[in-house]
Amino acid sequence: MILAKKVFYFYIDGFRNMKEGKTLWLIIGIKLFVMFAIIRVFFYPAAVTKDFSTEQKSEHFYKQFSR
Amino acid sequence: MIEVFDPSMVNWARGQFALTILYHFLFVPLTLGMTFIIAIMETLYYKTQDEFWKNTVQFWVKLLAINFAIGVATGIIMEFEFGTNWANYSWFVGDIFGAPLAIEGIFAFFMEATFFAVVFFGRNRVTKRFQLMSTWFAAIGSNLSALWILIANGWMQNPVGTTFNLDLARNEMTDFFAIVFNPSASVRFVHVISSAYIASALFVIGVSSWYLLKNRHVRFAKASIMVAASFGFLAAIFVATLGDQSGYTVAQTQPMKMAAMESLYIGERGAGALVLGYPDPAKKLGDGSKGIAINIEIPYLLSIMANRDPYSFVPGIEDLVYGNEKEGIEGVASKMRKGKMAKNAMFDYKAAKSKKDEVGATQAKQMFEQYGNYLGYAHFDNPEELVPPVGIVFWSFHIMVGLGVSFIMLTALFLFYSRNNKLMKKRWLLRWGCWWSLMGILAIELGWIVAEVGRQPWAVQDLLPVKIAVSNLSTGNVQFTFFGFLILFTILAVAEVRIMLRAIKNGPEGV
Repeated sequence: MILAKKVFYFYIDGFRNMKEGKTLWLIIGIKLFVMFAIIRVFFYPAAVTKDFSTEQKSEHFYKQFSR
Repeated sequence: MIEVFDPSMVNWARGQFALTILYHFLFVPLTLGMTFIIAIMETLYYKTQDEFWKNTVQFWVKLLAINFAIGVATGIIMEFEFGTNWANYSWFVGDIFGAPLAIEGIFAFFMEATFFAVVFFGRNRVTKRFQLMSTWFAAIGSNLSALWILIANGWMQNPVGTTFNLDLARNEMTDFFAIVFNPSASVRFVHVISSAYIASALFVIGVSSWYLLKNRHVRFAKASIMVAASFGFLAAIFVATLGDQSGYTVAQTQPMKMAAMESLYIGERGAGALVLGYPDPAKKLGDGSKGIAINIEIPYLLSIMANRDPYSFVPGIEDLVYGNEKEGIEGVASKMRKGKMAKNAMFDYKAAKSKKDEVGATQAKQMFEQYGNYLGYAHFDNPEELVPPVGIVFWSFHIMVGLGVSFIMLTALFLFYSRNNKLMKKRWLLRWGCWWSLMGILAIELGWIVAEVGRQPWAVQDLLPVKIAVSNLSTGNVQFTFFGFLILFTILAVAEVRIMLRAIKNGPEGV
């Protein structure tokens, strides 16, 4: 726990000491939010890969390959 | 050209991927190269214990951190696109890409992230030796993670070490080391990372030149230029030397790409490399004309590059499309017939398996093994479809080469005048350095266009055409996300430029 705490503050203090740190944190936060909370959820749903078995995916590819 | 601007779903998906990867690659070169420049400077600090070098390192680390923060995770969008826009492709290559990309992930998230943190935040909190070691490990780690990406890309250009599983309709790895030591991958890796070193050196030279023009931070700028010009000059010479090996690999594995790079429509023995000229816009496939307007070339050079033999035959686009019996080149029509036989065998195998007809399945499998290397050709109706957009490939290649030559000259001049301590008097050179600060990145983007547009219409060379690799989506969906990314990337790029410019304007501290 002590090591984890040290590592955590290593990063926090590091960004805090950078003049551009706050702006960079903000940009990273916005970017990750847009990517994972908007793009991933609404435009690239996980269901595309998770809900099908290997055989179903193979069947689908066979169909696609016949076009 | 029509193909490029065709507003079909395939082209929108292509465009979206190109947009994402070109944007992502604005940041990668600086990470790959600046880490080494910083490591050299950190080593100088460690050796001399001169606070000047520490402050110099801190400034370049700050710019690297800005670049890293804006660029980090932009590559993840490509993985979303693989799953949705390129689902067929993902299925087809999944077993091959899994291992390299997993190893890349381990390097990226564990090695890179750990040591980058020390590089960014470790000053005065860890020992000088550990700081130095972390700087070198960050440089090596980021370059090693690029290796695995380029191994995956190399396989798309030259698919080796795999076999096609007819039951699952996907490629499976049979020889990991054949994939790792694929000539297409190793040449590509060395070419990309050394180009990234040049791009980073030019960035450092550009920023430092600006300070010299403004008469600010003179000692810092001169010292930075000395390190960057030495590093950049060596890398530029290395890229030029290696360009020959890249050309040889492309000619051997993707002759159509090589022909498009040179706009060589009609093959010849003792072929020369073009120095001055451009593709004839009036050229039509099969019309017998040479297809190049103004033709000043270095005799025999293309034959030497392509085959290591000055009198060897280098096939042109028409030889590759229509075949050339005399030179033993098979035309696309013949390959299409073989491809259709492979495809039929594939479906016969599937049908026999579903009827539990093992004899029929074995026969179909044997047939497939005979023609499987032509599988991708089954999806074309017209041999001319196999020609990539020649104009884009040609111009991207030649501008890239021209920039490469200018990089050798520029870094050599900076090195020369730095050693003679005459840089301050050469304001034209300093201005040139400023203007060229981002040209290294432009050259890399052009190189990507040559590599990827040049292999069209293939997603995986000879095996999977782009039109089959793409998912069955509506054009509207892809267009919507395309413009969404365009807006997002533009905002991020503007943010990066603003923050970077502000940091440069503020300048280094204590030097």
